[in-house]
Amino acid sequence: MTETSLNAFKGTLAQERKLKEVLEKHKDMPGALLPCLQEAQGIYGYLPIEVQQMVADGLGISLSEVYGVATFYSQFSLTPKGEHRISVCLGTACYVKGADKILAAIEEKLGIKSGECTPDGLFSIDSCRCVGACGLAPVMMIDDEVYGKLTPDMVDGILDKYIKKGGK
Amino acid sequence: MKLEDLNKIKKEHEQIVKVRKLIASEGEKLAKKTGYRKQVLVCGGTGCTSSGSKKVIAALEKALKKNGLEKEILVVRTGCFGLCSLGPIMIVYPEGAFYSQATPEGVERIVKEHLKEGNVVKELLYQETVHEDGSIISLSETAFYKKQLRVALRNCGVIDPENIDEYIAVDGYQALAKVLTKMTPDDVINEITKSGLRGRGGGGFPTGRKWSFAKASVNDVKYVCCNADEGDPGAFMDRSILEGDPQCIIEAMTIAGYAIGAHHGFVYIRAEYPIAVDRLQKAIDQAKEYGFLGKNILDSGFDFDMEIRLGAGAFVCGEETALMTSIEGNRGEPRPRPPFPAVKGLFGKPTVLNNVETYANIAQIILNGSDWFTSMGTPTSPGTKVFALGGKITNVGLVEIPMGTTLREIVEEIGGGIPNGKKFKAAQTGGPSGGCIPALHIDTPIDYDSLLALGSMMGSGGMIILDEDTCMVDIAKFYLEFTVDESCGKCTPCRVGTRRLLQFLDKITEGKGEMEDLEKIEELAKHMQTSSLCALGQTAPNPVLSTIGYFKDEYIAHIKDKTCPAGVCKALMKYEIVPAKCKGCTLCARNCPANAISGTVKQPHIINQDKCIKCGVCMKNCKFNAIITR
Repeated sequence: MTETSLNAFKGTLAQERKLKEVLEKHKDMPGALLPCLQEAQGIYGYLPIEVQQMVADGLGISLSEVYGVATFYSQFSLTPKGEHRISVCLGTACYVKGADKILAAIEEKLGIKSGECTPDGLFSIDSCRCVGACGLAPVMMIDDEVYGKLTPDMVDGILDKYIKKGGK
Repeated sequence: MKLEDLNKIKKEHEQIVKVRKLIASEGEKLAKKTGYRKQVLVCGGTGCTSSGSKKVIAALEKALKKNGLEKEILVVRTGCFGLCSLGPIMIVYPEGAFYSQATPEGVERIVKEHLKEGNVVKELLYQETVHEDGSIISLSETAFYKKQLRVALRNCGVIDPENIDEYIAVDGYQALAKVLTKMTPDDVINEITKSGLRGRGGGGFPTGRKWSFAKASVNDVKYVCCNADEGDPGAFMDRSILEGDPQCIIEAMTIAGYAIGAHHGFVYIRAEYPIAVDRLQKAIDQAKEYGFLGKNILDSGFDFDMEIRLGAGAFVCGEETALMTSIEGNRGEPRPRPPFPAVKGLFGKPTVLNNVETYANIAQIILNGSDWFTSMGTPTSPGTKVFALGGKITNVGLVEIPMGTTLREIVEEIGGGIPNGKKFKAAQTGGPSGGCIPALHIDTPIDYDSLLALGSMMGSGGMIILDEDTCMVDIAKFYLEFTVDESCGKCTPCRVGTRRLLQFLDKITEGKGEMEDLEKIEELAKHMQTSSLCALGQTAPNPVLSTIGYFKDEYIAHIKDKTCPAGVCKALMKYEIVPAKCKGCTLCARNCPANAISGTVKQPHIINQDKCIKCGVCMKNCKFNAIITR
């Protein structure tokens, strides 16, 4: 039950209006689909099928074409993300310095796997390939904040800050 | 904008930037003329921003105001200095005092004691820059910078990347002016061809030849593209150039447009690089405002414009045909070549596509001539190369060296050696498409051909240093997992081949490998190399082949002895109790989830290897460090 309610599309009229503006602006631009999907994800936070359909209609292309592109690139997500998005760098520099252990510690703490979202919607975990802060390896990002030179026992303290902030 | 206007701006701003390049005494004289007694440069690149440089800059500005210094001290937010592990980095000119790991508290002291009272805060300086007697060593004399030669990175950490005037002050747009007023398109291509510049994205194709092919293609519409989709995990050269010196890319692309007859450019850049995207967009806006982009550039009648397209997280889009397919708005799948992009590229039109670092060399070659360029590096690989040095190395960061510098010089001198007294095992270059250079070949000069001969490749410039704690089978597996994830799925040799290769490595690291697997890997690799559609699949076996080539004994240890010599592969790891250290406290036995530990109280315990699930709980709980892994 929780799963369906979590994934149910709850777009607002304001969001739809914004998306339509974006589509109108890009309509005649060559190669418009990628920038449009990027902006659509910026508006909705993810790309549910309803949003993809709006993009397809707005650009006059088929839904299958939109879906093909949306599922090809790792930037696009078809499911909603957590309020705080954790992204653990698994690039080479971080990997040789034990990034897999950081990811494991986070997964254990939150009880979800990479790519998933906690049932309360507070956190989602993803892994990424190199944020370019190799000098601080291993690193993770929570939203836009970068945490560097991590060890597995630092994970608890960092996540707790957000759990409190989440104000449950 | 006319040529005279350009030179006027250059003159107006020249001195301010020059203060950052002179030795202290001359710098001081010049500083007086510029209206700013001192200049504080703070790195605003991604590395230093991640370690908190924004807070440092805010604290700096606040402290300057508090002390009433904001009118005499100029604060400049620059791009990357290179020493990312010591960030946030802050340099005060004209002294050249190099403060590392700056904090808001430290900054308050620096403002009061150094900027106000004139006493350098020695204990906050990067210790390599302080003599025993307390005097400051110039940055260019430190081990990290001494052997470096900055061409592509020449302005990174020197100018304010968000201020086009500072770029103009360091000869910015002089090369474009020279090209548009004194050179024909053929002259430009000849000069680049003579320089021997090769593609810095990894392939090493001669840039001049690429341009001449595109020029020879007859078409009304042509395009110039810049590949800034730096996908190799652990490489951040292109990002640093875009963050530290974005104007040089715009200038070079405009020159390329003039050379091949194109009027529009695209920069395809990773969305994961928000700072670089932001600075490049600001740079494009400023260039348009100054008339370096747009119609009738510098009164020459030549038009050129450009825009940014964001990547969406697909490694394969670093491949040239896939990149163009992605700009066209499709799934970023590669296309068969020929036709090559120079004939039929973006939107079916002739296209030149170069990497960021390649473009960063162009203006310098035009200004200083091809002879200057070939005087650096080796005969077949002239010039310099930027590497992102990472992994198990003391000085993690960005280095630019003349081609032909040996790996030993990079690791031991520039990199400052391996931390924690560990031994150098290998350097990995070329990322998921490259291979390893083992300790045995540490004296190899780094250039395109030497690396290929060793079974690795230059790649875009990621260089990951591995020490004795790294398992080479595990590293090969790491890269394979990456290529499995990133294979676009269009062609079978890559889509299926990468998965099959990974299955072999999984089997070996789980202790289920057989010797004949190694032969099967080599056979499969050969098919992938010859029949994959693009470089991703063709080069995907390289990390495996290279590690088998140089570290076959490690593979054999995994297969025959069922052990992982580096102690990394979990399935092969054994937890053991050292009898001499075990006090028989029974803590481990009580906590073992698999009931694998037995023994009587106050007697050494034993782990039953058949029952052990290798969770490590016993080791975590032991108060006497009696449990070890082997």
